[in-house]
This record gives sequence, C-alpha cells and structure tokens, in this order.
Amino acid sequence: MKPTRLLAVLALAAAALPALAEEVVVYSARNEQLIKPLFDAYTRDTGVQVKFITDKEGPLMARLKAEGKNTPADVLLTVDAGNLWQASEEGLLRPIQSKTLLANVPAHLRDPGNEWFGLSVRARTLVYNTGKVKPADLSTYEDLANPKWKGRLCLRTSKKVYNQSLVAMMVREHGEGKTEDIVRGWVANLATSPFPDDTKAMEAVAAGQCDVTLVNTYYFGRLMEKNPTLPLAIFWPNQGLKNETAGVHVNVSGAGVTRHAKNPAGAQKLIEWLSSEKAQNQFADVNLEYPVNPRVKPDAKVAAWGGFKQNLINVKEAGSLQTKAVKLMDRANYK
Amino acid sequence: MLFALAVAALVLVPVVVTFSSFAQVEGDILAHLTEFVLPELVGNTLWLVLGVGVGVSVLGVSLAWITAMCEFPGRRVFDWALMLPLALPAYVTAFVAIGLLDFTGPLLTWLRENWGLTGFPEIRSRGGVILVMSLALYPYVYLIAKNAFATQGAIALEAAQSLGLSRTQGFFRVALPMARPWIAAGLMLALMETLADFGTMAIFNYDTFTTAIYKAWYSLFSLAAAAQLASILILFVLVAVVFEQRSRTQMRYSTVGRSAAQHRIKLPPVLAALAFVYAGTVLAIAFLIPVIQLALWTREVIDIDLDSRYWAFAWHSVLLAGIGALMVVAVALLLAYAGRQRPGPAMMWTQRLATLGYAFPGAVLAVGLFIPVAALDNWLIEIGRAGFGYDGSEILKGTLLVMLLAYLVRFLAVGFGPIDSGLHRITRNVDEAARNLGTGAAGLLTRVHLPMLRASLLTAATFAFVDIMKEMPITLMTRPFGWDTLAVRVFEMTSEGEWERAALPSLAIVIAGIIPIILLTWRGSRPHD
Repeated sequence: MKPTRLLAVLALAAAALPALAEEVVVYSARNEQLIKPLFDAYTRDTGVQVKFITDKEGPLMARLKAEGKNTPADVLLTVDAGNLWQASEEGLLRPIQSKTLLANVPAHLRDPGNEWFGLSVRARTLVYNTGKVKPADLSTYEDLANPKWKGRLCLRTSKKVYNQSLVAMMVREHGEGKTEDIVRGWVANLATSPFPDDTKAMEAVAAGQCDVTLVNTYYFGRLMEKNPTLPLAIFWPNQGLKNETAGVHVNVSGAGVTRHAKNPAGAQKLIEWLSSEKAQNQFADVNLEYPVNPRVKPDAKVAAWGGFKQNLINVKEAGSLQTKAVKLMDRANYK
Repeated sequence: MLFALAVAALVLVPVVVTFSSFAQVEGDILAHLTEFVLPELVGNTLWLVLGVGVGVSVLGVSLAWITAMCEFPGRRVFDWALMLPLALPAYVTAFVAIGLLDFTGPLLTWLRENWGLTGFPEIRSRGGVILVMSLALYPYVYLIAKNAFATQGAIALEAAQSLGLSRTQGFFRVALPMARPWIAAGLMLALMETLADFGTMAIFNYDTFTTAIYKAWYSLFSLAAAAQLASILILFVLVAVVFEQRSRTQMRYSTVGRSAAQHRIKLPPVLAALAFVYAGTVLAIAFLIPVIQLALWTREVIDIDLDSRYWAFAWHSVLLAGIGALMVVAVALLLAYAGRQRPGPAMMWTQRLATLGYAFPGAVLAVGLFIPVAALDNWLIEIGRAGFGYDGSEILKGTLLVMLLAYLVRFLAVGFGPIDSGLHRITRNVDEAARNLGTGAAGLLTRVHLPMLRASLLTAATFAFVDIMKEMPITLMTRPFGWDTLAVRVFEMTSEGEWERAALPSLAIVIAGIIPIILLTWRGSRPHD
C-alpha cells in the first residue's frame, strides 16, 4: 500500500471511531475525585461517554486558546466564577439557550450572557474559636478591620482566588477606596503571617494563635469531620443588613460550553444534567458544598450549619473586578 | 555541532514563545508589579538564592567529603541513603516541616502546654524556606561532589601533605578547588530549581520572582505579563550560568593518579561519632521524618483511595520517567561530547541555551511548548482535512512524543551537569593515547569514555528519572487522555488542600524514585575495572 493511501485509511479509521459512541470531552479544574463519580453516573444514565482531563484553570484556558477551533474540549469546568468570566472574555465559551439551566441556576450564579452556569455554591464565611469569641461580637467581613480584632485575626494568603473574589465583591459594594481601607484594617489585625490554606488558618484559630478567620465552609466541614472536638464554629456574616448587596459571599464551581465544541448539544445536555435534581446532590455533597439548584436540599451535615442569606451580586463581578482586587491587596500589603 | 544546534533549537522554541510575549506589552500590570511587588521579591529571591546556595554547598560538600574520604560507623549506609531526599518533592518536605514545627504543630503545642514555653522562631519565614530548600536540594551537590572526591587522585592530597599542609588545609586548598567544577554543576542545578520553584514557595507564602510570574498569570489574568517576567528570569539565569562557566574555562581539571577509595581517613572515635550524628541528623530531617509522616497519613486514607488504578498511575510514572531519563542522558551525553570535540564560545553558548529549560517556572515552560505544538497540530489537521478527510482534533497533541520532548527540554540540564563535569575530568592524554592506539572517534566514546563516565551517567539518569517522576505542570498539560501519573494524583489532592490524601501518591513517588537510587548505588559501588 502506498504511504498516502495508508494515511488515508488510518485517517478514515480515526474518523469512524467517534461514531461508535457519543462522547463529551471536558477540561476540568475541579478535581478528578469530585467529578469522576458524576461522569460515571452520567454514562450509566445516558450511555454517553465523558472523557476529561484535569489541570489548573490558567493552563486549561491557555490550552483552549492555543488549540483554537481544533480543540477536543466541549466543556470547560472550573471551581470559581472569576475564571469562567475570564474564559468568556477571551472568547473561549459560547452562549447556550437552555430553559432548564435558567430554571435550575439562580440569576446571580450564572453569566448574564448565558456563556457559563454555576453548578455548586461555595460560601466563604467566618469561623471562630468558641472558647474565646462570643457570636454576638461578630457581625460582618468589614468589621474584622475594627481595631478590636487587633492580633486576633488569621487569614489565608491573598494569592488564593477565594480571597480575591471576596475582595472583588467588596470593591463592587463599597468602591475601591473604602475596600482598601478595610483590607488594610485586616492586615493590621493579623496575628501571624497569612496561611497557605484555609485548613491551616482554622487550626491556628483552634490552637488559640488567633480568634477568627475567613474560610470556605467545606474546609470547615472536612476539618470537623476529622476532628469533631475542635473548639470551632461557623458564623454567617452580613446578615442583618437590608440591601441586596448584603449577605454571605458566595462563589460557584461552574461550567460552560467551549466556542469550538465538536459536540455542543452533548455538552449542553451534560451541563443541564449536572444542574438537575438527579445530579445536584452528588455534585455538591461529595465536597460538602451547597447545591446551586434551589429545589435541592444540601447534605444533612451541611444543613446543620444553619441557613444564611447570600449576597446577590452576580458572581461574574468576582472576575471583572479581580484584577482591581489583587492590585488593591498588593497595595495594602496583604501577602 | 549540528546536533548541539538542533538540541538548542528545540529548547529555544519555548524561549522564543516566552520572549515573543513582549509583542503585547502589559504596561498596566507591569507598572503595578514594579511598584508594589517587585521591590520586595527581588530582595526575597536574592536572599533565597544566597541562602540555599550556601546551604546546599555546605551540606552537600561536607556530607560528600565524610562519606567519600572518611571512615566512620554507618558510612556505607549513609553513602547511598543521603541521596534519598532527592526522591522527595520539596513541597512535601515543606508541608511536613510546617505541619510539625508551626505554632499549631505537635512540638510547639507540647512545649507550650506542658512548659509554657513560647517565642520560638517562626518556621514560616525566610529562614524556614531556606532550610527546607537546602535539605531538599543538597543531594544535587552531594552526589556530584561525592563522585568528584571519590575519583580525585589521592596522590594530590598526599602530595599536599608531604608539602607540609595539614589535612584540613589539604581539603580547603587542594581537594575543594579540584572538585570545584563538580560542586558548581550541582549548585547550578539546585539554584535553578530553587528559582523555578512554585510549590514550596506557595506553602511558605514566600514571594519570589516565580510566584510573581504566577500572580500575573493566574490572578491578574495576563499570560503575557507572566511570560515577560519569565523572560527576565531566564536572562538572569543565562547570564549567571555563562559567568560561572567563564570563570572556570581557563582551568583544566583532570584526574591524577589512582582513586582515593582505598585510602579513607580513619576518623578517631570522637570525630567518628560526630560524623555519624551529623549525617544521621540530616538524613532524619530531610528524609526519614517526612516519609514517616507520609506513611502515617497514608495509613488513614489507604482504604478509601488505593485501588487498582494505582498500578496504572505507577506504571505510567515509571515508564515516562524511564524513557525520559534515557532520552535526557543520551542527548546530554552527545551535547557534552560535542563540546569536548569542538570547544569554543559558540559551542559554550549553544550548550548553555540548550540547558536553560530547567530554569523556567514549570507551567510557563509547559505553555511555551504547548502553543507551538498546537499551532503545528492545527496546520497538520488542516492538511489532513483537505487531503484525507481527517476528522479528529489531535495528531501530535495527546501523544507521548510531545510529553517526552517536553521533559527533554525541561530536564536536559540535570543530565548535562553531571555528564559534562564528568567529561571534564577525563584527561586529554587518555584521548591521545587511545588515538595513538588506532581508536576512532566512536571507539573513543564507547570504549574509553563511557566506561570512565559510568558514575556520571548513572547520576544523570537518576536525577532525570526522579525529577520527571515529581514533575507536575508539563505532565498535566501534555498528557494524553487517560495518562494520569502519580504526580497527577498529587495535584488532584493538593489543589483543594487535601494534603493528607496526597500522601499516598507522594509516598508512591518516593518508593518508585528509590529504585534508581538503589540501582545507582549498586552499580556505582562496584570496584572500578
């Protein structure tokens, strides 16, 4: 056989393969152990194969961009809204029209242009030492800048996107100047240099190195599951205020269909399924997060921390204001 | 020469991609970083390089000296065991060190609760980072310097003593200067890895040039600004490397006389005990304690996490690291050999450029490689579509070839360092003698140089193997679907802070990394022919 003909046969064989079973390809920044059980369930449910590759958001987006219209990816899945906003800005996603998603995902947890949708809610809240702080002393994120907390606050590093999103939302709410003052207040109140992760910050609170910190609730859940006797409890801040911008800061783990998806219909179906009542508990519970779908109740362990009012600013602001927030934190010397 | 240029060209691909970022100047972000971030982190980075440089030199050279030249109880075990920290990723050592020594760790908690003692120095500090990095990276210096001391002519030392120098003077005035190119080669590797490190710095929250690169990319959403900063880092490394190289090209280092291995200094009891305690302490802190901690964590998660897939992860890791290490050693050997055959400034620059990949922050290198591969792939796909009705989306991408080439670009330096400095120690007289006996160029390499380079080749292969096992960003970005490795498992667990669950794949990496180290010891310790 001539080499060209051989190539042609090989190419045909390669072309014929995808026809055997429908397949959706996912680029995911959410861990393998959190998504694989769901994709397996989806395959059982629908017969559609889900192929995925995990990496950090930055490299995944660089990859999508470099691959251009030849990307194998149909879906981009991330663990925060800021990166989804960025993917949308870079033209890596496409808008999708889906009544199901509009019904399943509250308006503030999805892109107004319908390019991405939140799938689970991650709440960033206060955790305090029950032996040293009375809940009545706590009120808001902003109050942690009050000098009464001097030497009593622990924080995770400002390099983590969760803190960047929180500060970005504060910029949206208070403007840059006031937010910078608040962040400077936090830094002045620090008991020790910022920690590399939420768990370490909570351990410092439990050990009495400081009294209060800011964490995502699932880290709290994970730590307490391992060590239930720690003197720690959750406090939901910013609850008393009336305006729409008041409430606990939330972020989402979410997904969108890639601009050059080979199987956009299949991609949309997968995202719709992930937002459905069938899948939402598994999606959220496996990591002790909150379902995004208001008709689905959180895991019992999560529900036991009590209900709270969410901040209703659209989470896309976490992305659009992230650069401002990061620069502001640099200026305030928040490491 | 052509070959050397081809290798350098391959490495230049990501360098060019990275430098091309200057086409799109991110003035706003760079201005911000220059004003608020750079001043501190330039100082941080210099302190780090200085501290780790001194740390790995002192640890590596002293340990190499006592195990290669002295006799004390346990020496034979320490001889190979002191290499083991190489198999442990630095960020694991860092995490364990902080876990044990921070305010909330068991040691300080115990001291505080039982004795009321406080005011200890913070582990999460500049000193802490330097300590951890030195403990994690000293094996680069240790291993190369040990080869140097072991093969260094004992005659030179004896001559020094007969000229009235004491043993201590002999060490500082003869042995140390003679081993300098070897020590420098190890030091360069340790410092390049320090500069490019992100994982350890993130755990310590210590801001360096590399953390600023990632900040520009991940937090300020500017890959261009990140690449621009990376370019500056690369230039800085290039200048440092060339400067170091220049300062010693005038010298020629060759082995004189017989090996010293049979003439170890028998230490008196007190010194022998000190040597034992010193080597034992370093080994305990740099390897045993972290591994015990990993084992304890692994015990907690092994029932949930260990499944049959682990065989595939381990197999992928070993296979990739094995093939990658062979490629690195083969190419490094040819590159170093080309330099021996045709020395000169052009060759020196070519070699230095070809080994720059190690100084890149991993993820920046991964992108720098991925962008051209994807562009080439897009072009091939167009041809495939037009000519052959091809309907897929990947031809080169998603093959192991891309992955292995990327490893080659990244880790050529760890192979080149030991081999090149090893080659420097083979005297030209040997070449001439062999030529006079009618040996051709190929014969000279296979029958004369390769046997003499055995220890260097094995060192190079070990470095490359272990480094590829631990590598994360390139593996993540270029792996084909389904080709998850142990390092990918570590990433999956640590990316959401589940450090305890990352212990299982980390421990598996350590165990797999020990295999070549044991092999190296076993082969390397055989008496010279």
